[in-house]
Amino acid sequence: MSDMNTAMIEKYRNSFLSEVEANVEEGEWVKMCMQCGVCAGSCPLGDAWEHTPQKIFMMIRAGKRDEVLQSDSMWMCTSCYNCIVRCPRELPITHIMHGLAHYAKRLGIVPQGQPTAKFAQLFWNNLMKKGRVNELKLGISLYFMNGFGEGVKTSLKMKDIGIGMVKTKRMNPMEMLGGHAVKDLSGFQKVIKKAQELEDARLAKHGG
Amino acid sequence: MTEVVATNETILVVGGGISGMTAALEAAETGKKVVLVEKRPYLGGRVSQLYKYFPKLCHPTCGLEINQRRAKMNPNLTIITMAEVTNIEGEAGAYTATVKLAPRFVNDNCTGCGDCGKAVEAEFDDEYNYGMSKRKGAYLPHVMAHPMQYVIDPRIIGTDDAQKAKAACKYDAVDLDMTEREIKFPAGAVIWATGWQPYDAAKIQPYGYDRFDNVITNVEFERMADPKGPTGGKIVRKDGKEAKNVAFIQCAGSRDRNHLYHCSRICCMASLKQTHYVVDAYDDAQVTIYYIDIRAIDRFEDFYQTVRAMDNVKFVKSKVANVITDKEGNPICRGVDTEGYHRYENTHDLVVLATGMEPSVAKGDFPVDIVINREGFIEPDAANGGVFAAGSASDALDVNRAVQHATGAALKAIQVVNRVARAEA
Repeated sequence: MSDMNTAMIEKYRNSFLSEVEANVEEGEWVKMCMQCGVCAGSCPLGDAWEHTPQKIFMMIRAGKRDEVLQSDSMWMCTSCYNCIVRCPRELPITHIMHGLAHYAKRLGIVPQGQPTAKFAQLFWNNLMKKGRVNELKLGISLYFMNGFGEGVKTSLKMKDIGIGMVKTKRMNPMEMLGGHAVKDLSGFQKVIKKAQELEDARLAKHGG
Repeated sequence: MTEVVATNETILVVGGGISGMTAALEAAETGKKVVLVEKRPYLGGRVSQLYKYFPKLCHPTCGLEINQRRAKMNPNLTIITMAEVTNIEGEAGAYTATVKLAPRFVNDNCTGCGDCGKAVEAEFDDEYNYGMSKRKGAYLPHVMAHPMQYVIDPRIIGTDDAQKAKAACKYDAVDLDMTEREIKFPAGAVIWATGWQPYDAAKIQPYGYDRFDNVITNVEFERMADPKGPTGGKIVRKDGKEAKNVAFIQCAGSRDRNHLYHCSRICCMASLKQTHYVVDAYDDAQVTIYYIDIRAIDRFEDFYQTVRAMDNVKFVKSKVANVITDKEGNPICRGVDTEGYHRYENTHDLVVLATGMEPSVAKGDFPVDIVINREGFIEPDAANGGVFAAGSASDALDVNRAVQHATGAALKAIQVVNRVARAEA
């Protein structure tokens, strides 16, 4: 449990809905859910999740803080946007799910080994270096995400595809050495820094 | 059609459904001159297409008959059918209405004997049955149409069929030379009672109304239950199979920001009523009602509880996510219920979409300056002057409330023409 998590529990004692409204992106929409179930039924991965969006929203209102923030549901969302399109109340369901995932991450209570969370971190770290995604490095770091042995095994399994991509110039092996950056890398870093400041200011306002 | 005699003390009623008829009769019976303009060839509107009313499960034909009799007996009321108001100019107490008259090709000599209908061969989709059956090119819109006169479909004009109809008529009632006409007349006040239409179910893509034969709307189901309807009152599918396992999907279009913003108010009660049709038709009937919440308000609660208590009726608290079909064409409702969050896939014989009400005049199509709300209904607003909405043109209303509202509108219109009368006296 992080200090921030403890602080938030203390601050929003008994009102998880208020906590979500203040801290989760688009969280103020949660109370608008009328529990019709169209999102749950429309989700192509619906039966693979622990909780459907409909159920998550009800759990938020019921104050089931730990169950919600440690659910795998928001990490399973593939952003197909079926739920947003169908929702009779136009709730930005996909965004709320991502907002919940982000909030759980900030609180440091993402379930250990959550693969989507791990991959998201790899993607972010990769992107921040050069302002663009180095696909070669990202792919390889993905193979080695769960340890060296599995990484070697997956790499061998994928090697024909890799060679094929090099041959058809879909992949440049030289990218392994540093890789190229966006044209204005320092400009990119300034943008990110500014975004971080705005985010920090927003969090400070909500006492996070 | 005789010419319209009207003055600034005349009340114009636009729409001859249950609301327009009520408003027109209430006003005419107080001694006011009333002109009632109806687009269809007969009065009664959508109420004439209902089999039974909720909550008493009595027949609308009964009330319609009384209203038709009142209309026939009242010398103050002029009824113009197959007519559309195309423009209204002026202000309260001094309006000028322009009305376009479509040719009926049948004059007032018609006795409704039906000989022309027998002579004509061409057939068209029957609008009265929402296209579920065919009617002849010369036809009586329905068995108790008022006026009780045949109509000749303009599509047979110029064909042999038209000549056959003329030859068959013993009363010289067929007049093939009628043309579209436009008339103008004054009116002191206007009652706008253009009513509603069912929301286009094909727009609700996941339910497949446009793709599946066995997904129909509640208005079509209503015609099916009527012994005078396209199936002779039998609840059957297009392929002839008896529809014993019927699902109702509530809020099909209503309460959905992708479709209609508003709750249409009638659909819950309509489905509960139609559940009776299924249960009465088959001993081994099985009805499932998928709903978000049942809105059977105040005195309708008893009706809801009666249906709820039936052994062969199941209520599933869930808005169906989508409908698919199996190889036999049986519709399958899929979704997740809210009471336990169970995923379901239920096969039915027939799915009835409880489609909502939308105003029958689109927002931009009003031929008069009038305040329209987000949902397309007419707002009660001082800016409307002497134009008053009645019935479903003002909101999604059931018949009971529409009639009450129409009576109110009649009173408002009477006040305007009374002011005119005092000024002219």
